[in-house]
Amino acid sequence: MNSKKISRRNLFKASAIAGGGLMLKLSLPANALEDGATTLVKSSELNFYVKIASDGQITIYAPNPEMGQGIKTTLPMIIAEEMGANWDDVEVVLAPIDPAKFGLQGSGGSMSVTRNFDAMRRMGASAREMLIGAASQLMEVERRDLKAESSQVIHGSGRSMTFGQLASVAAQQPVPVPEQLSFKDPRSYSIIGTSVGSVDNLVIATGLSKFGIDVDVPGMKFASYTRCPRPGGKAISFNRAEIKALPGVVDAFILQPDARSGKASMAFLEGLAELQGGVAIVGDDTWSVFAAKAKLKVNWDESAASADQWSKMVTDARAIAAKGGGEVKLVGASVPEALSDSNNRTIEGFYEFPYVAHVCMEPMNCTVDFRKGTAGKPASMEIWLGSQFPNQVKEIAENMLGVKQENVKVHGLRMGGGFGRRAVHDFAAEAMAISHKSGLPVKLTWTRTDDIHNDYFRVGGFENMKGAVSPDGKLAAWDQHYIGFADSGKPVIGSGLRGNELPMVAFDNASVRQSMMPVATACGAWRAPGSNTNAFVEQSFIHELANLAERDHVEFLTELMGSRRWIDEGNISALNTGRAIDVIKLAAEKAGWGRKMPEGTGLGLAFYFCHAAHVAEVAEVSVDADKNYRVKRVTVAVDVGPIINMSGAINQVQGSIVDGLSTMALQEITMQNGRIEQDNFHQYPVMRIASTPEIDVHFIQSDNKPTGLGEPALPPLAPAVTNAIFAATGERIRSMPLSNAGFKLV
Amino acid sequence: MSKYTLSVNGENLEVDVVPDMPLLWVLRDKLKLTGTKFGCGIAQCGSCTVHIDGVAVRSCVLPVSAVSGPVTTIEGLAPGDDLHPLQSAWIEHDVPQCGYCQAGQIMSAAALLSNNSQPSDDDIDQALAGNYCRCGTYVRIRKAVHTAASFYNADKRNG
Ligand code: FES
Ligand code: FES
Repeated sequence: MNSKKISRRNLFKASAIAGGGLMLKLSLPANALEDGATTLVKSSELNFYVKIASDGQITIYAPNPEMGQGIKTTLPMIIAEEMGANWDDVEVVLAPIDPAKFGLQGSGGSMSVTRNFDAMRRMGASAREMLIGAASQLMEVERRDLKAESSQVIHGSGRSMTFGQLASVAAQQPVPVPEQLSFKDPRSYSIIGTSVGSVDNLVIATGLSKFGIDVDVPGMKFASYTRCPRPGGKAISFNRAEIKALPGVVDAFILQPDARSGKASMAFLEGLAELQGGVAIVGDDTWSVFAAKAKLKVNWDESAASADQWSKMVTDARAIAAKGGGEVKLVGASVPEALSDSNNRTIEGFYEFPYVAHVCMEPMNCTVDFRKGTAGKPASMEIWLGSQFPNQVKEIAENMLGVKQENVKVHGLRMGGGFGRRAVHDFAAEAMAISHKSGLPVKLTWTRTDDIHNDYFRVGGFENMKGAVSPDGKLAAWDQHYIGFADSGKPVIGSGLRGNELPMVAFDNASVRQSMMPVATACGAWRAPGSNTNAFVEQSFIHELANLAERDHVEFLTELMGSRRWIDEGNISALNTGRAIDVIKLAAEKAGWGRKMPEGTGLGLAFYFCHAAHVAEVAEVSVDADKNYRVKRVTVAVDVGPIINMSGAINQVQGSIVDGLSTMALQEITMQNGRIEQDNFHQYPVMRIASTPEIDVHFIQSDNKPTGLGEPALPPLAPAVTNAIFAATGERIRSMPLSNAGFKLV
Repeated sequence: MSKYTLSVNGENLEVDVVPDMPLLWVLRDKLKLTGTKFGCGIAQCGSCTVHIDGVAVRSCVLPVSAVSGPVTTIEGLAPGDDLHPLQSAWIEHDVPQCGYCQAGQIMSAAALLSNNSQPSDDDIDQALAGNYCRCGTYVRIRKAVHTAASFYNADKRNG
């Protein structure tokens, strides 16, 4: 086996160029590709993130967990750019979990780029200055006559040394003071802004990538876990003898609920979770413990179990809407008068959106090796899992089982999807408790049914909307009553309005109220929490008002933005109406807004601001007489500032469109006396390839700070599609999923 | 428990398992070939797609006792050190997001290309109808299958 490195860039080029024929030799063992090429030459560490080998190979550590959002590629690109590295020479390695070196190693809220951009630039710039320092010393020239580019330090005279030649001396250079570092002029970027393939594409395409579910540790057993079908129930007894006698079963036991692991907050993302009561089965392989699970007969104590009922929630919400009232969030003094002014035209609509599940393609799983303390040696634990915030599981181990955090080692693996689900670690608490009780290293794998039933769902909700337009076609009143869900008096994640929504900050004739109903079903963060549902209501109702006023939607919506201004100057979480107007106009222009549409087809527009991103989308939809609808094309305009990885950014937008469409068209979680009624994909489908629209993505690369793109392209999709269906058919859809109203996505 | 001899990626391997254990779990837990993924266990998502005699099947619902021909998994799709044209095309188009579904996608697409070297979008949609991508990479999957088909054909032309 030779140690020649496979550069993914080279591979990319080779595959593009080789075109016909295309057979590429892999000359490295698979694990070397995964772990970063294990070169035989000496490497020098310039800082925690950057290592350079004497043969010129640059290793860059990617600090944040990867769940498909591309961050393992994006953050190293920033470092490589500032260093003056050639991307071909870079091997990216996922950093070990070590917050002391790598800071908050978390992925959530589309914040990774925003939070890390400057830090990554500093790491790159710092390495660059050390390389330049080394070159100045070795070449005996002034620093100011040197520059770093293409993995070399080049002198004004044309002399140069490679990063590999400089590495060991560079590592001896004093570490530059962060405040004195300067950054490259964006106009000279050669990596940032280009299309770079994801660093793990090769291992993924060849089946060699390791996800949490693929972990295999010596002596490991396999486990399943079964909770009470009604959340909050606990196991009293079960057919243990029968289960233990099944082939491949090693052990089976009850776990009692354990609040010491920490309580999952439904109001804030904390990562902790209470261990839920249930029955664990440990065996020789996954199939044996799944098959045994299907034969379980459990006597449950349901005295404290959830009695949530979706149908009742709908009835209750309608009653609350009819009654009015609620907590006042914003008062528009002229609203009541405008709504009753007979010169104005008025409209009212009750909107509804369901609970939905994450259904990450990789079901939740976690492998734990708990080792009992012995004389003089404290108890310890090793944990392997895919998590958006892997370091947080240490706290669960300490709280629940008394294993000191310094004795817990966590391995963060690639996640087969996250979308907010892998920010809560209830499954890890289960795996820990099972390993602890059985005394064995175990891999707990959830069935798809576990994965759906035990989800921390995207919360459902309702909004009762009233509005008025004046005879001259202007918005006269906006009256919004949000009816959501709270746990212990606090709105759950994603329920209710934040206060930075468009009507709250930009309309001067808006009243907004909010009412909350209690919920026991677990709720959590789901891709663009809050925004993914409120966008549907807000942007649909704006379209209703535009139609009522007989105005063009683009014109009406941009008029609502008012003058071009940043609502709260300098605050990236505040709407900038100028950027909003620009993306709306761009999406409309690129979609051919205003053109004559054939019978049964329509264009629909929506805009939303969230996660510091301004996004507008236009959907082109055709609908037939049987309510079969096809989304032919979605045109997207995005302003998230400069783009780091163009290919990754487009991929995120395409994925958000598909996810948004899949959810609005097909998905709904319902509770019946606490029990989740959907068991697997036959009752909770995901959109298939044939329904995929053409997706046309445009970026306005403004000079704002770069911000994340994992979430914000999703919220405008649903209203863009339902607005297009209205344009095509005249039918207004106020409830998701569309399948409930007889609309079928084809 | 019963003994079964399976041909997997060109090797004959013996396993001692219960007859109703789906091929998926034999591959993953017994043979440690974890490239084939578990997503649903009810033939809905396609994550577990492998070839038997060149035909794409869902290994999560196929008992080991019913395996009737040579099995190919993603690990064995391209013989030796080579990449399959689809794998190269997947890299060229930067298809994966989380990557979890992609082995199944590639296996379904490979079965298509072996019968139809110039698939239309409709052909691709049909052949991949059983494969979910929760991350929504379908746009790129389509493109990559077309690109791979062109590699395939060029390859044939060049002998
Ligand atoms: S795991 Fe086999 S189709 Fe889903
Ligand atoms: S890439 Fe994540 S499910 Fe397809």
